[in-house]
Amino acid sequence: MSDHPTGDHLPATVEEPIANPGLPAHTWRPTDVDPKAERRAERQVASLFGASAVFTVLFAVSYFTFEVGENWDTFMGLGASNVFLGLTLGLALLCIGAGIIQWARKLMADEELVEYRHPARSSDEDREGTLQALSAGLEESGIGRRPLIRNSLLGAVGLLGVPAIVLLRDLGPLPQDTANAATGGGLRHTLWGVRPNVRVVRDVVGTPIRPSDLIIGDLVNAVPDGLFDLHGRELQVAKSKGPVIVVKMEPREIKSGGNWAVEGILAFSKICTHVGCPISLYERTTHHVLCPCHQSTFDLADSAKVVFGPAHRPLPQLPLGVDEEGFLVATSDFTEPVGPSFWERER
Amino acid sequence: MSIDTSKVADSNRGTAATTAKPAKVGAVANWADERLGLGTAMKKNLRKVFPDHWSFMLGEIALWSFVVLLLTGVFLTLWFVPSMGEIEYHGSYDPLRGVGMSEAMASTLHLSFDVRGGLLMRQMHHWAAMIFIASMMVHMMRVYFTGAFRKPRELNWVIGCLLLFLGTVEGFTGYSLPDDLLSGTGVRAADGFMKASPVVGSYMSFFLFGGEFPGESIIPRLYTIHVLLIPGLILALIAAHMLLLVYHKHTQWPGPGRTEENVVGYPMLPVYMAKAGGFFFIVFGVIAVMGGLLTLNPVWKFGPYDPTKVTAGSQPDWYMGWPDGLLRIIPGWESVIFGYTISWNILLPVLVMPIVMLIVLILLPFIEAWITGDKREHHLLQRPRNAPTRTAVMVALMTFYGLSWIAGGNDIIAIKLHLSINQITYFLRGAVFIGPIIAFIITRRWCISLQRHDREKLLHGYETGIIMRSPEGAYSERHLPISDTAAYTLTARERETVYSPESDTDANGVAAPGTRLNRLRSRLSTLMYADNVQKPTAAEIEEAHHHAEHDAPALPAGKSGHGTNGEDFKGIHH
Repeated sequence: MSDHPTGDHLPATVEEPIANPGLPAHTWRPTDVDPKAERRAERQVASLFGASAVFTVLFAVSYFTFEVGENWDTFMGLGASNVFLGLTLGLALLCIGAGIIQWARKLMADEELVEYRHPARSSDEDREGTLQALSAGLEESGIGRRPLIRNSLLGAVGLLGVPAIVLLRDLGPLPQDTANAATGGGLRHTLWGVRPNVRVVRDVVGTPIRPSDLIIGDLVNAVPDGLFDLHGRELQVAKSKGPVIVVKMEPREIKSGGNWAVEGILAFSKICTHVGCPISLYERTTHHVLCPCHQSTFDLADSAKVVFGPAHRPLPQLPLGVDEEGFLVATSDFTEPVGPSFWERER
Repeated sequence: MSIDTSKVADSNRGTAATTAKPAKVGAVANWADERLGLGTAMKKNLRKVFPDHWSFMLGEIALWSFVVLLLTGVFLTLWFVPSMGEIEYHGSYDPLRGVGMSEAMASTLHLSFDVRGGLLMRQMHHWAAMIFIASMMVHMMRVYFTGAFRKPRELNWVIGCLLLFLGTVEGFTGYSLPDDLLSGTGVRAADGFMKASPVVGSYMSFFLFGGEFPGESIIPRLYTIHVLLIPGLILALIAAHMLLLVYHKHTQWPGPGRTEENVVGYPMLPVYMAKAGGFFFIVFGVIAVMGGLLTLNPVWKFGPYDPTKVTAGSQPDWYMGWPDGLLRIIPGWESVIFGYTISWNILLPVLVMPIVMLIVLILLPFIEAWITGDKREHHLLQRPRNAPTRTAVMVALMTFYGLSWIAGGNDIIAIKLHLSINQITYFLRGAVFIGPIIAFIITRRWCISLQRHDREKLLHGYETGIIMRSPEGAYSERHLPISDTAAYTLTARERETVYSPESDTDANGVAAPGTRLNRLRSRLSTLMYADNVQKPTAAEIEEAHHHAEHDAPALPAGKSGHGTNGEDFKGIHH
């Protein structure tokens, strides 16, 4: 730190081109020398505090005056209650803040003080003392002389990490334990595989679909039949794996994947193979479908291969057929796991 | 500095107030001190000096918005039900009445529509979270750009980095709680991230979700993490951050009378107590007004989470935008090695990059200290221009961050500006690599030219804008010297020396151990310092002023370039 002058008035060292002029003289504010200005500032501060009190009262009034519930967009598209509670609370707080700061700036002493710094390190004396105390303590414990005690203790305490980890085991089942083709459980099964020829039904309404219901260019969001019989957790899990998009296109426009199609109708998993968003933006002329989350784009006319974006794998295709009543069905489950990749996916 | 205090109002007395006879306050203080011994600690700290500068207030915004988060958060817990149990909604919001949803979503709607002030508290909580993270980031940039992270404050820098990281995680766990369509989509993506983790991915996902996604456990578990675990850690780290701040004393800008050995400013009591305390109310008040007037996260418009649905334009909160942007622009890389799947397209942008970024941030002070070999304490701040390479490093990081963040909104940009999303994405794939390099070069050169400008000002004064015509008819612009105060402030910085490994060789020319590392250090030190403009020496300034006197037009006699104000012009013009 030899480059720096060590005090306020010490001359600069030789190589300093300009000497430290020292702290500039203190200048008085109008409020220091003019009693009128002082009283004016005092009045300003007090009026801000007074205004705050008024706003606080208005806050309480707003709380009991304005309704919530169905009248939630009565004022500026926002609820009157919300707007007035926010404004009155905000202004009550801002007035206190502004008042205190005005007080500090105009009326409290504004003379700058100088405090000296000390190095963060302790003095040599203190360090010495600490080291002595430490070695005395260690010496008296005998930890250096009794490695058997030391090592067995370290081992025992270290092993206590095991319960901490083992106890977390029941957070959830193992992925392989949930695998169940009969219920559509696990990472590799869906409701499409719980029985042969599960009908393809429209999302939300649950009605089955005839190939003739669709015209070229149509896209229908569909789910496996039986999904709406589920509730709670099972329903949500099934919804996260089962949904498909059913599209119809000119059979001659199908580049690949046509052997699982029925009259130009194809079905693909709606769950993006990137991180699992449901895919929905369809451009009927190009047969491209875009994931709104990260813009992976799949070509449904070409086995849903990735044509753009961060996804790597095509959307799994659902093999379609028609049952004896003429409704679209899945002839089997997806032949690969749907949704995002995972470590043991290919095993 | 002795100062005439005779004019100061009585209330502004320099000495502490003493009461003639023990008042009630005194009795309380006595009671407390006899049990806690506060007297000694308070004596030092009540009048502790803090320097004044607007940029020292940024960290305060973070601190106060965290307090607002605690207050509003406690209110929210009184009504929020962290459960994924399915119920039918029967509250005041008509469009969703009769719709099945989780209790978490239903209680969020209840808070928003049927609890007076509930929506205000929800929106204040969310706005405060946005401001908390934004102010931490801006505060961190201030600390970096001014060199306030240097010894002895490196550990406080590390604590700050951890706070920024924890704040981000806290934000994510918080906005996931309402279980609406948007946040559910975010949790779904998080499930994808977990499953992409090598070896343990699907186990992590099944353990966290209590089975298959989405399960019934994630909201209660995130809730505990959000209201207990992370706030506890943040609180502890903030305490450590503040204790170190007080122990180290605040850094200050160089200037007349302000040195490495002192700190000049206003005392804690009363000025900073009032300014900081008042500022708490300002931050709180601004957040309250925002909560009242600016709708944020209207979950009622999104509806409850349904894994079959998503809306276009789904984006996380702004601070999660940059990894999401990287996730959007990365090519679809995935490999299968020995039958095991590695999803680089997820792993790199969201699992590796945030951790790399955190580690880079944490290491910045230590890398700089290694290159400079500087073991001294530093309490005077540096202007960003006086550390061109350091400034350029942060601007490069900011450029990377900014471009990644833009990538996180590529769909919105494409729609609003009628651009091709594919072209934006291709452009950004290159820009995230090239942009930071360009930003580094431009920033570094820019800083160096600013240094040159400072040197010009010191040697030749400032440009007055007054054009003089000499008797011979030549035109020149009049320069005048800057004031002593300004000149001193400009020169109050250190001279830098480039580290050279030769100095490490011993008398016989044998290189010291670790030579290769030393050569790297030397190269980095060259990059850091070699092009910098050092402040002029006393001789150079003397020479320049001498020169100026000779050059000064020989108009009104006796007027030289040495005047420190504009006085001498009057002589010329009148």
